[in-house]
Amino acid sequence: MGKAAKRKKKVSVPSTAKGPVKSAMAVVKSNPFEVKVNRQKFDILGRKTKNDVGLPGVSRSKAIKKRNQTRFTLERQQNYGKKNIYNLNEDEELTHYGQSLAEIEKLNDIVDSDSDTEERGTLSAELTAAHFGGGGGLLRKKVSSEQQDEEEEKPKSRKELIEEMIAKSKQEKQERQIRRESALELTEKLDKDWKEIQTLIARKAPKSERKDKEVEKPKPDEYDMIVRELGFEMKAKPSERLKTEEELAKEEQARLQKLEADRLRRMRGIDEEANKKRPSHMSADDLADGFILDKDDRRLLSYKDGKINIENDEEKGEEGEEEEGEEEEEEEEGEEGDHENEEESQEESASEDEEDSAADGHSDLESDLESEGEAAENKEEEKDKTNENESQNVEKLDPKREAAKSELPYTFAVPESYETFKSLLSGRTIEQQLIILERIQKCNHPSLAVGNKAKLEKLFGFLLEYIGELATLDLPELRTIDRLVLPLYNLCQMFPQAASDSIRFILRDAAHDLEEVIEVKGRAALPGLDTLIYLKIVSLLFPTSDFWHPVVTPAFMYMSQLLTKCRITTLQDVIKGLFICCLFVEYVSLSRRFVPELINFLLGVLHISLPKSQAQGYTVVHPFTPVGKNLELLWVCDEEDLKSWEKQNVPLSIVTRFKEASRTEINHTRLSCLALCFDLIKKCAALYESLPSFHEIMHPVRILLTKHMPINEYPEKMQEWYHSALKELENKVKHYTPLVCEKKKPVPLKQYTPKIVKVLEFGRKQAGSKKEQERKQLIQRHKRELKGAIREIRKDNQYLARMQLSEIMERDAARKRKVKELLGSLATQEGEWKAMKRKKWKN
Amino acid sequence: MAREAALAACLEAVLGSRSSANRVFELLEPLAVREPEDIVSAARICGRLFGALLERRELFVGPLPEQDASLGGDYSAQDKYRIWMRHRYRDCVGCLGELMGHDAFQVKEQALCTLMKFVELEAQYPLIKIEWKGTLTFPCDLLKVVVDGLLPSTEDASLLISRFQEYLEYEDVRYFVMKAVTANIGQVMQKTKERPLPFYQQNVFSLISPINMPNKESEMVKFMVKQDNREELKFSKLQAHKQVFEKMWLTFLKHKLPPGLYKKVLVILHDSVLPYMNEPTLMMDFLTVAYGIGGAISLLALNGLFILIHQHNLEYPDFYKKLYSLLDPSIYHVKYRARFFHLTDLFLSSSHLPAYLVAAFIKRLARLALTAPPEALLMILPFICNLFRRHPACRVLLHRPAGPADMSEDPYVMEEEEPSESRALQSSLWEIQSLQNHYHPDVAKAAAVLNQSLSEMEDDISGLLELSAAELFDREVKKKAVDVPLEFEPVRGLFGKKNDIFAEHFSLD
Repeated sequence: MGKAAKRKKKVSVPSTAKGPVKSAMAVVKSNPFEVKVNRQKFDILGRKTKNDVGLPGVSRSKAIKKRNQTRFTLERQQNYGKKNIYNLNEDEELTHYGQSLAEIEKLNDIVDSDSDTEERGTLSAELTAAHFGGGGGLLRKKVSSEQQDEEEEKPKSRKELIEEMIAKSKQEKQERQIRRESALELTEKLDKDWKEIQTLIARKAPKSERKDKEVEKPKPDEYDMIVRELGFEMKAKPSERLKTEEELAKEEQARLQKLEADRLRRMRGIDEEANKKRPSHMSADDLADGFILDKDDRRLLSYKDGKINIENDEEKGEEGEEEEGEEEEEEEEGEEGDHENEEESQEESASEDEEDSAADGHSDLESDLESEGEAAENKEEEKDKTNENESQNVEKLDPKREAAKSELPYTFAVPESYETFKSLLSGRTIEQQLIILERIQKCNHPSLAVGNKAKLEKLFGFLLEYIGELATLDLPELRTIDRLVLPLYNLCQMFPQAASDSIRFILRDAAHDLEEVIEVKGRAALPGLDTLIYLKIVSLLFPTSDFWHPVVTPAFMYMSQLLTKCRITTLQDVIKGLFICCLFVEYVSLSRRFVPELINFLLGVLHISLPKSQAQGYTVVHPFTPVGKNLELLWVCDEEDLKSWEKQNVPLSIVTRFKEASRTEINHTRLSCLALCFDLIKKCAALYESLPSFHEIMHPVRILLTKHMPINEYPEKMQEWYHSALKELENKVKHYTPLVCEKKKPVPLKQYTPKIVKVLEFGRKQAGSKKEQERKQLIQRHKRELKGAIREIRKDNQYLARMQLSEIMERDAARKRKVKELLGSLATQEGEWKAMKRKKWKN
Repeated sequence: MAREAALAACLEAVLGSRSSANRVFELLEPLAVREPEDIVSAARICGRLFGALLERRELFVGPLPEQDASLGGDYSAQDKYRIWMRHRYRDCVGCLGELMGHDAFQVKEQALCTLMKFVELEAQYPLIKIEWKGTLTFPCDLLKVVVDGLLPSTEDASLLISRFQEYLEYEDVRYFVMKAVTANIGQVMQKTKERPLPFYQQNVFSLISPINMPNKESEMVKFMVKQDNREELKFSKLQAHKQVFEKMWLTFLKHKLPPGLYKKVLVILHDSVLPYMNEPTLMMDFLTVAYGIGGAISLLALNGLFILIHQHNLEYPDFYKKLYSLLDPSIYHVKYRARFFHLTDLFLSSSHLPAYLVAAFIKRLARLALTAPPEALLMILPFICNLFRRHPACRVLLHRPAGPADMSEDPYVMEEEEPSESRALQSSLWEIQSLQNHYHPDVAKAAAVLNQSLSEMEDDISGLLELSAAELFDREVKKKAVDVPLEFEPVRGLFGKKNDIFAEHFSLD
């Protein structure tokens, strides 16, 4: 409050005292006794100095004046709290420009703003300019120049001036309206014309529309035209023809190749930072200043109604302004603006701001960002398109879906909580659920409204939770999950960060649960089907071949813990374990990374498929033990069952619900598991054949397979699995080359040549990055402000001291005067008394 | 309540006049049959009764004559009464001793407390005639009853034993308890004839393992019985304490232990047993046997052996060979991994070891690392690096520029038990090269370090020894990623990938 008051005063003071001060300044400047010259030791070319001449007297008087006024405000503030705030008239006077408002009110030259019937309650631009300093910009300049003209003619009275202003504002308003109407007419006409000729130039790009518009504008300079034409030449090419399928395929292939190359780079874990920092292209003409001209942002010089038309080119800006203008009007009419509209305009203005800021300084950086953003948007759009295409295809194929579609409402809000989400999907068929999800995504696409992104990000979490719930059901709905993976993938593509966060969250919880159980009980069971499904989903959503990946690496660690820490006591545990083994094989199928836990586990599974045996030549590690409970878990000795066995796919529901199966069925499941184990060994052998110690890694497995496995007792199909695995293990050549260390790079000698820094702009400090520069600027500004503040405080103190002194002196003088008066009166009294006495005496 | 009041009244009567002394039986009677609550209150009353009698010295002092003999003998009426009362006291103690094997814990606890109260009072008002100044007045027999009660051979009494721990703070009690335990072990184990008694041995272990031996004689100040001639007595000497302690442990370890207990003993041996023995080398037999058992027990015995070798000049033939044979795949998976590698690091820190030995160790550790979990790998890789730094002669394992170009076999013989015969120095560390392809990025990086020539400074592995998988996971999951790469191949269902291995073996039913 105090500050605000101060500021107001600051502003107001010079404007009233402008005239006299100016003349006084001139007088002062010419007076050599008032001027203090700061002598400079060296003349430096190109340096602008502000402070070579000082006017101490003037500045001092200014400071004192300011303090007087401040003091006034302070006193007012002190009084402020004590009084009834609503009673404005209570013995304090309201002022404006230091004049009493009461007095002003008495004068009748007050503006009658009510006379302006159209603009009730608002002030015209001139009025505001005269009273409050106006809005700046062109308008202001023009007005001031006009005022100057008038001043040159003759000084007018205040009343006249204001009347003139009002008239002018009215006139301008009318003009504006006419202009707008005519513009509307013109555009309508243009639209009509356009429609007529549209058929003729159907192949032309919509850019040409703009060209038509440009015709209306005053003819630009020839040079400008040529420049423009050159600029447009590239863009004005005919629209692309439809690509042939071959070309499309080729493009797709190129895209995939690029993605694959990216994947490979990440897989090798090559430092990405290094790649990022390298600039993409260097022109021979590059000035090495980091400036990149990415679009021609020069404007065409044109005039409109005698003024420079600035925003002609920037359609966006114009639109924005128009909208803003409209909004203002709406507000003027007393209507409440539509919320959405407001938001939109805000957004646009924000984007404008961004553009402005980009234009005025470090354009290179931000425009880069922008273009990136645009690119991303484009990508997304493309993806959407492809998705749409896909969905269309599906629609054509699937009449069921068509039927389902017709029953559902077309718009869905994004559910805010998991419960609402679940209620939305529960009781629907798979097709309907998919359509609902699709529609939710479409209705709430991030490009449609601001909050949609966050909402859809939440949707990913809900969907994931829903999938988990479906998997934990007594009868897991895996078919549904199978279909739901698709929308999950799409959402993940849209919001990778959110998706990775929610999956990481799930993994973290699962791992912490596991750790807790192990700490408390000393052992843990393998987790439920939902966790296994999540791990599988990770491999669908993220590239598992990366050297490091924020989601995949924790998933790897978690799976490793599962395979080493969890007990294997039942057939279900074995199935779960083998599922995780499959996951491992899938995860590393491209990167061929070595997973010791996988081999250990497979060895253990083979071990428990043996009849009670003394493990010789190989060692099983935790969770398997050479002797103990879980032995013979996969051992089948029933000959009937062995004969009747067919390789079947193991149903996953067995994991959550082991139905009352007959002995035969159980035995068949066991055999299927064993076959799966053989297959996994085969796959591992294929994956790891390039490892230098492949034979050592596979040694225990080979020993077990060749020396302990009673393969002749198994049916033929099983023998096939066995032999294919064994073949894969044995037909690898043993090949060892002695290791040789990489040669050390010779350390270059230190050179002591001075570092040379290019000076591109004189008078400015070049050091460091943008951040560093900003920091330096801040430091400097802080220094300056500190100095200023200290100076001000010093002056404040001086002023206060002076005031106190003057008060004391005043008081002293008053006292002296009173004493004198008293003494005087006493003297007269004495004199009178004496006179009386004398009289008596005489008498 | 009524019963308790009646008992209290009875107690008053017995203590009040000798004429109603026969009512003692009313007090002793409920100790035998009643409900746990009644037994507890009865035991409490008995404690009060005999406590008061002991304080009044109304129990016969000296060797107790037979009850019948005393009646007929030429004792005064006073003595007869005392003898008779002493017999009741003996009955009571016997009863309480039996009650320590009762089913209800509260009964056991009350019996224990009452007996210990008797011990305290008897020590103060001895029932043994002091014939000369040095006569031992501590009630050893009574304490023996307590110890016997604490060590049942059919159930786990750890709860009661932990209740008893507070009494072991007293120097004299501890001394006599150790003696009693030694005697008890001798008696019990003699009967079993070398068969392990899991419960009994477990109980003995839980009684003797928390025994806190004093470090200096000046620290021994807390005695249950304040005796003037303490200095002259045996149990105030640290030396005597150590002797009893040593004897107790040796007696305990003389017998075959169940495997779980074996590990427990070995875990605390180096820390709370060996330093308090007069002659730690006496443990050598035990440790050697344990070291020979194999597996985790051997790993644990290593610690005790190390102390003996290091501080007591124990000569252990083929120590390194033995250590070498201890290396099997389980070392990376067992609980005691940190301790084992800490010791192995110590044993291999000597720069006087021959290169072939260190190379054999390196090679074996690397070979076994092919089955290790990531947290162990992150520890063993710097460990191996350190070995290379200490023994530069082994660097041929990493760098052999002039070797044969191609080999069809790894020259190293894994099965060979003798390190010198393992031909490790002719081999190369292909295992580490394989680990450079490990799925964990940190492991791959740690393994890649060996590609370059090593720095001079040794890595500090003390922080890595205790690394757990959970820690590793947390570290990984907390890392913030700038951007998340995505799978570009569109999904076609849960098992819809190209050549999906799941589709081959699992069905979605």
